[in-house]
Amino acid sequence: MNVDLIFKIAAIGLVIAIINIVLQKAGREEIAMMTTLAGIVIVLLMVINLINQLFQSVKSIFKLY
Amino acid sequence: MNILQITAIGLITTLLVIIVKQQRPDIAMMISLAAGSVIFILLLGNIKTIVSSVENMAQKANLDSIYITTVLKVIGIAYIAEFGSQICKDSGEGAIASKIELGGKILIMVLALPILTALLEAVLKILP
Repeated sequence: MNVDLIFKIAAIGLVIAIINIVLQKAGREEIAMMTTLAGIVIVLLMVINLINQLFQSVKSIFKLY
Repeated sequence: MNILQITAIGLITTLLVIIVKQQRPDIAMMISLAAGSVIFILLLGNIKTIVSSVENMAQKANLDSIYITTVLKVIGIAYIAEFGSQICKDSGEGAIASKIELGGKILIMVLALPILTALLEAVLKILP
């Protein structure tokens, strides 16, 4: 069900890389840096949601309270 | 949840990680993290049936439930510690990985202590 999450993260990663290169060619290093950080934060939020779901389920199954 | 799906996800994710690793190694690490957790979440149903059947067997053999819950906790801790340390090793941080494993070992040891003491007392009772 959340298998497409992996592809979303990969897509965001590639888009960030491309935007970074384009902005650097256009001479705006600082904006490139900011878009890279924004992308990484978005990806981090998605991954953290997934990890939270994983740890909640592991806690419930293995009674790790 | 058959093995074909799991293997397909693993292979595709490895390919994506290789592609993204050249430009953005940090996002590549997150992709492998996400893939690991997705595959485990997909396997949850099977693990739940295994765990409940083990518990039923323990109840039928009227074992004390403390032992089974401790064993389950140890398995859970071992899995999470291995999951984290493997991800850290993949992204090149061997030191952090060993710290996670150390933490897992110590927590498992703490969990096993009451059982060890109970075993020791039982043995001492038997000896003349």
